[in-house]
Amino acid sequence: MAKPFLMIHIRPGKCDYCGCCVGVCPEDAIELQESKIAVIEERCTNCRKCVWACPWEVIEFHREGIKDLPKEISALDNLQFAHSLK
Amino acid sequence: MKTRYDIIVVGAGPAGSTAARYAAAGGASVLMLEKDRDVGYPVRCGEAVSHEGVIQFIQPDSKWIAATVTKFRLVAPNGKSVVPRLDGIGYVLERRIFDYELAKLAAEEGVEVVTKAYVYDLLKNDDGVVVGIRALIKDEKIDIPCKIVVAADGVESRVGKWAGIDTTCHIRDMESCAQMTISGINVEQDVLDFYFGDDVSPGGYLWVFPKGKNTANVGLGLSVEEAKKKSAIKFLREFIEKKFPNAAILTHIAGGVPCAKTCDRIVANNVILVGDAAHQVNPVSGGGIISGMIGGMIGGQVAAEAITKKDLSHLTEYEKRWQKRLGWRHEVFYNIKEAIASFSDDTLNSICDSALKLPEEKRTLGGIFRAALWNKPSMLMEVAKVFVS
Ligand SMILES: Cc1cc2nc3c(=O)[nH]c(=O)nc-3n(C[C@H](O)[C@H](O)[C@H](O)COP(=O)(O)OP(=O)(O)OC[C@H]3O[C@@H](n4cnc5c(N)ncnc54)[C@H](O)[C@@H]3O)c2cc1C
Ligand code: SF4
Ligand code: SF4
Repeated sequence: MAKPFLMIHIRPGKCDYCGCCVGVCPEDAIELQESKIAVIEERCTNCRKCVWACPWEVIEFHREGIKDLPKEISALDNLQFAHSLK
Repeated sequence: MKTRYDIIVVGAGPAGSTAARYAAAGGASVLMLEKDRDVGYPVRCGEAVSHEGVIQFIQPDSKWIAATVTKFRLVAPNGKSVVPRLDGIGYVLERRIFDYELAKLAAEEGVEVVTKAYVYDLLKNDDGVVVGIRALIKDEKIDIPCKIVVAADGVESRVGKWAGIDTTCHIRDMESCAQMTISGINVEQDVLDFYFGDDVSPGGYLWVFPKGKNTANVGLGLSVEEAKKKSAIKFLREFIEKKFPNAAILTHIAGGVPCAKTCDRIVANNVILVGDAAHQVNPVSGGGIISGMIGGMIGGQVAAEAITKKDLSHLTEYEKRWQKRLGWRHEVFYNIKEAIASFSDDTLNSICDSALKLPEEKRTLGGIFRAALWNKPSMLMEVAKVFVS
């Protein structure tokens, strides 16, 4: 689904890499490694199931998208990693 | 590492190691890949199992038993509790050692194990048939051909999806969990505690499982549908602050448990799913160690048979054997879970009260269950099904 920009954001360094969010994501839109995680933008439909599932509340939903957030909390590094596998 | 294998197992949890072990024992060449650096770590588990469950696979060993339990206590929302009589005993494991030992049993059968090996896709031929896996092993991309892929990749499973099976867990069924291992507390070492009620874990439960002197796993799980309103970590922090304010926190983890019926399909396109990846969890208790190992054993055996017979269509036998062994039970348990989750605090309190009125010798789980039935007669049919066949 085409979207202007990413609205689901996993706060870097806060995640426990437990996979609960991955288990409920209907779009297979979350890439999870031992200590890396990223939302695959092109697949995500902003359904927010991952946000609700996260036991530690580290996934945020930004109605306006995250393009204007300061660089240090952008998901760009993570996205590059997700893309490198596709 | 060889250039190709009969069977590749993705994930080295209890289900994966058991599948690998039985597949190799059946004569297949087997590779098991684990994304993490260590088998068995990090531990995302309350670690409680029954003695009867464990001994099907491994002889109990003090090096992976943190506590031996003989009782469990059900604590109602109003704080009253009942201790049902139990016949068997149970253990609280040290899973970081237990999982390791299971992987060693697999290795003894000839399974090759590689850690820091993340499977990021399936290898398919031009017709879309699965013919291997694609992995990132110690940061290097490598494709490894095989005949059968066993997806034992846990709650975060994606391998099944890549083979065309919809393994997404409905948010109603996913339990969002948080747990801390805490120390410096007073905790009875032979009792598993279960707390119920809207204050601790609406629709789910909170557990305090002993883990050796002055130490316990304290955690809870609640349906994502409930977690939407208030998260697992908030419930857990409140409980620990109230009940164990001075505890030292040794570990702190998040997790998810798919408390669903088994996935509609657990075999497709030369891929079989075992353990949490297949939703082979007891939906009432959320326990998935033993049932995942049973799924792994059946899956491993059937996969090896398919290799020997040179007939991959034999894999559908796994679905049938699982359904007959535990799948049908989990369907019944699922309906019971739904009924229990709908109990209000008042109902839970009155179940506890009726159980406490039972004479001690009748205070068994069955007795408590009958007390529960008075509150929810529609459960009767479901329960009857569990005991009839
Ligand atoms: C908080 C909590 C408490 C629990 N308490 C209990 C309990 O008391 N008793 C009980 O019986 N059960 C309990 N469970 C459930 C139990 O932990 C699971 O059912 C069990 O671990 C499932 O085993 P598994 O082998 O299927 O999956 P896992 O043990 O999750 O193993 C899956 C493995 O696959 C690896 N993996 C995933 N994706 C990939 C990939 N792409 N490539 C390579 N490797 C991959 C993972 O790193 C992991 O090591 C609990 C669960 C949680 C979350
Ligand atoms: S919002 Fe929905 S589609 Fe997007 S990552 Fe989360 S669960 Fe997946
Ligand atoms: S559910 Fe939360 S803690 Fe767990 S992997 Fe997803 S973002 Fe991380």
